[in-house]
Formats: sequence, structure tokens, C-alpha cells
Amino acid sequence: MNAIELQPLADAETDLLQVLGTALQDTFHVPVLIRTDSLPLAQFYDLVRGQYNSTEILHFIDASRRSSPHADNPHPQKKVSVVAITGMDLFMPILTYVFGEAVLGGDVAVVSYHRFRNELYGLPSNRRLLLERLCKVAIHELGHTLGLVHCSFQHCVMHAASYVEELDLKGHEFCPYCRSSIGKSTSARR
Amino acid sequence: MNKQEVGILVVDDELIVRESLGKWFREDGFRVDVAESAAAALRKLQSDCWNIMLVDIKMPGMDGIELLQRVKQINKTITVIIITAFASVDTAVKALKDGAYDYITKPIDPDYLDHLVEKALKEQQLILENQQLRNAVSELSTGGDIVGESPEMKKVTELIATVAPADTTVMIRGESGTGKELVARAIHNQSPRKFFPIVTVNCGAMTETLLESELFGHERGAFTGAQFRRKGKVELADGGTLFLDEVGNVDMKTQMDLLRVIETKQFTRVGGSEIVHSDFRVICATNKDLEKAVKVGTFREDLFYRLNVFTICLPPLRGRKGDVAKLAHFFLEKYARAMNKPTDGFTPEAMLALKAHDWPGNVRELENAIERAMVVSNGPTIEKEHLPLQMMAHSTVEGRKLEDIEHQYIMHVLAETGWNISRSAAILDIDRVTLYHKIQKYGLKRNQ
Repeated sequence: MNAIELQPLADAETDLLQVLGTALQDTFHVPVLIRTDSLPLAQFYDLVRGQYNSTEILHFIDASRRSSPHADNPHPQKKVSVVAITGMDLFMPILTYVFGEAVLGGDVAVVSYHRFRNELYGLPSNRRLLLERLCKVAIHELGHTLGLVHCSFQHCVMHAASYVEELDLKGHEFCPYCRSSIGKSTSARR
Repeated sequence: MNKQEVGILVVDDELIVRESLGKWFREDGFRVDVAESAAAALRKLQSDCWNIMLVDIKMPGMDGIELLQRVKQINKTITVIIITAFASVDTAVKALKDGAYDYITKPIDPDYLDHLVEKALKEQQLILENQQLRNAVSELSTGGDIVGESPEMKKVTELIATVAPADTTVMIRGESGTGKELVARAIHNQSPRKFFPIVTVNCGAMTETLLESELFGHERGAFTGAQFRRKGKVELADGGTLFLDEVGNVDMKTQMDLLRVIETKQFTRVGGSEIVHSDFRVICATNKDLEKAVKVGTFREDLFYRLNVFTICLPPLRGRKGDVAKLAHFFLEKYARAMNKPTDGFTPEAMLALKAHDWPGNVRELENAIERAMVVSNGPTIEKEHLPLQMMAHSTVEGRKLEDIEHQYIMHVLAETGWNISRSAAILDIDRVTLYHKIQKYGLKRNQ
């Protein structure tokens, strides 16, 4: 991966994106571009479920990038991963909800911080915790774009977490095994 | 279980479901494939191995329930999880009755899905381990150590096969070293109790109080030194077999306790009042003339009849000389494997000496002789000189008592091992307590 692009969706909060951008830069050591244009989400809304379809969002962003491949990436030989961020609740069609979704070994990921808000669980608001959770899931999804699968090591950021308590237990870094797999994966791409 | 080795097949007519679940499990590191119909799933079942199948209940053509039934006919070990659109109790119950592992309703809670798959895989792992252990036990339980083609031994093998499946009490009689414990194990291993333990109590090696505690266990503080509650052999044999070796040596008081526990399958631990239940089968062995012991009043008649329901008499080795060569080769191969020492058999002189000997110590003596020969031989062939010296010297037992020979042989083994009790006991194939008992009995001393 040579660069990361943060794509706000609808109402994504700018200050969250700034902090997330710094965290991703520290983790992946690549430039992070925070886009200012926001993508509307209305077309991905499911009336019955009251949630947004993450798979369709991914397909849409992926298709847009393919239709104008050089518009956003002046160096097409370099891998630029896009992480779309939203505060809306996401779902994959068969699952009740997802924190995020990515194309395994692809270039696109989407993350929602809707379920990272403590208020949702009847707890006092905690901005620091929300940011921590957002960073972990964004790093996790970017890990999938680098071809990583879930890791059994509980503290690795690639450990699967489907509820926030589990998310809080894991770390925000890759374990040595996943880190070495990223190295192989990136060099293979080059 | 390595996730990459775990195959998950998602069967659903909806593309979006196949894609979503396929992706979900791929991200988990599983080997995943999808099928759009039951027919396609059955084809994939023929061409690859699957651990888990997630099957939509409602599909055009063959539905999920029918697919489940077909899958179970083909391979019972595949875990099938049914996916339903609505929590329909009827269909869910039907699916579970037909062998589905569980059912999940759409949309699926990701946390529940992960845990369900994890649980199913753990269960599969346990079933696999259980199967492997059962296979290992079956291999051990074939009774392969009972060697002999003589009519006497064939009769013994037939009797073992006849009595094993029944829960009958068996009394095995025969001289020392004829393989009574081996027969007891063969009976246990061919019985429905084979997956439970066979617990041996050597009644001849213990004092009255020790035997009582050994059989029934004791409560904490029952006697000096009883710091913890300890389960007895009767309790440990629950579900399995209790093998009472040298039952003729049991004292009168313990005989009464034994009779009671055999009849009621209930007992109390030494120093306790709690009634403990244990379901066990009794096999006993003796080299004593119990009928005579009953007559002289040293063995309870009621216990004798309780134990002597089905009797297997083991012939002494001198009574089945035809088996000596086969047994000798069997032990030679056994110790060659154990010692990782190649062998090409016996010289004709060595075989003649083996056949000429009367084997007062029976098969145990023969086994020990072969083991010793394997240790002392330098080359691959066992020569007459490698066989124990006293065997050469006394190729006949005419006019000699079994006790004399046992006395001399124990003395010989002790001298060879430099009075190392553990090694001597191992060579003699008796436990250390028995060896001490015999040393005391024959008044053996180190510098004798």
C-alpha cells in the first residue's frame, strides 16, 4: 500500500477523520489524504432495516474508481486504499449489522462508527473510546485490503470482533505474524 | 484445528447471501465455497471435503431439509446449520430431528454466527479425537498378545469370545505365569465395558488393612496418614471391570466385604458412612486350589460360588509344547521392536533348547528368557548360549517343586541386576511389592 484516502460519507465528522488520518499514517507509514467531498448515502438506505448497505457502498466506490481510474490516483501502478467513514449504521445483507466491510485483497473499505458510541449502550459519552474503536476497525479493514484474514491472537488488531467489548479488548497493532504477512503481501504486489 | 483446513460450504439460492457469508468466512481464514442450489451442493460434496454446511431452508427444487437428509446419508460427520428466513418452530424442529446442528434466522447476528461455527468446530474436533482414541483402543483390544495354536489355547480363545459380551463373573485358573491377567484384559477388551477402565487389584501383595483400603478407598482421617479422601479400586472400576488377581490370598474378613460389594454393588469407604455405588464386572484369577481352601475353611464357600460362575482354565506351557516356537518368535519380535534391534530368529540349537525346557514359570518365564537373550545377544541371531543358564542346567523339573524353581530364578535375576529391585521386578514381570514378598518368603539375602 502506497497511500490511504479517507472518504467521508454523508455526515462523517471532520475532526474524527483528522485523528483517524494521523493514526493510520502512524500505523502504515504512508501518506493519508482526507477528502473534503462527502458521498451521499441515501441510495444505500434500506427502508425495511433502517440501515445502510455496506456491500453496495463498497461496490459503488470500487466501480467509481474503476470508471475513472486515474482521476484520484495519478500513479496507477501504486496501491491507494480508500476507507469510507460514516456515522450511520451499516449492514451486510445476511447479517444484522457490521462495524465495517472491506474487499479482501482489494482497495476499498467502509467503516461505521455508529455502534462505537457509548450512548447506544446507555453509557456516558466517551469520545476517546469512540476514536480508539474507530481507529482499530479502520486499521482492521485496511488489513483485509492487504489480504490479511482474521487472526487468532487476541491482542492483534486483525482479531475478529463483532461487539464493542471484544473490540475494546484487542489492541490497535498488528501481531508480528500479521505484520510479516503484510510485508509479503505488499512486496508481492510490487 | 487450522482454519485453512476447515471447509465451509454455503448453500443458498440468493446470490447476496452466498456472497456475504462467503466473504465473512473467507475473512475468518476458512476455505469457503458456495452453491446456488441443493443439486450444486451435492456435486460439491462429491468433489471436496466439507466440515460445515450452511443451508438455506427454502430453495427452489430440493429444499434445505431434503438436502440435509441427503448430506447425512452421505456423510454423518458434516455439521449442517440451517438458515431460515423466519423463526419457524416447526421447520426448525424438523431440521434438528433430521440431524441439523442448529438453525439461524436471517438476518444473522454476526457474533452468534461466529460462536456457532466455533462451537461446531470444537465439537467436531472432540468427535474426531474420540474416534481416534476409540480406534487406538480397538487396536489394543484385539487380544493379540494371546498367542497359541494348540487345541487348548484355541479353546481358551473361544471361551473368551463366548463370555466377554455377557456381564458374567469369570474365574481364570492356571499356574503362575500362564497369562491370567492377559486373559482378563482380553475379556474386558471384547466386552461392552471396554471403553471404561479395567482395574487390577493384586490381592496377594497386600495385608488385610491395606487391601481393604485399596479396594474400598478411605475417608480423610480414617487412619494415621490418611490425609485425603482416596477412591478405592472398586470405585475406580465404575462402568468397567474389577480384576481380582490372586483372589485365593484374600483374608476372611475382606472375603465377606468382597461378597457384599459384588452382590450389592454398594460399599462404604474405610472410615466413612456414605454409601457409594459402583457398577463393575468381576473377573478373578487364582493359582490356588480354591475347592480345597473352601473345604479347609480358609475361603468362603458363598464367595467361591459367587466368583466361580464361568471358569477358564489356562493350560501350563509344558502342556502345550507346540506353542513354544510360536510364542518364542512372538516375544522375539516384540523385544526386537522395543529395543530397536534387528533379529533373524533362533539357531536350531537354541530352538531345540527352548522346546526341551519344561517352563515351570510358564509363558512369563519364556518371555523373560527371550528378553534376556535379546539383551545379551550381540548379533541378530539368538543362540543357545544367550538363553538363561539355569534353563540349560535344568531342562527338566522332574522331582522339583515350583517354589524351588521360583526361588532359584528370583535369586538369579536379583544377582544379575545387582539386587536392583525395580529392574528385577520388571524382568520378572511382577510388581515390587510382590518381589519383596517373595524375597521375604524365600529368605533371600544379598550376599547369599
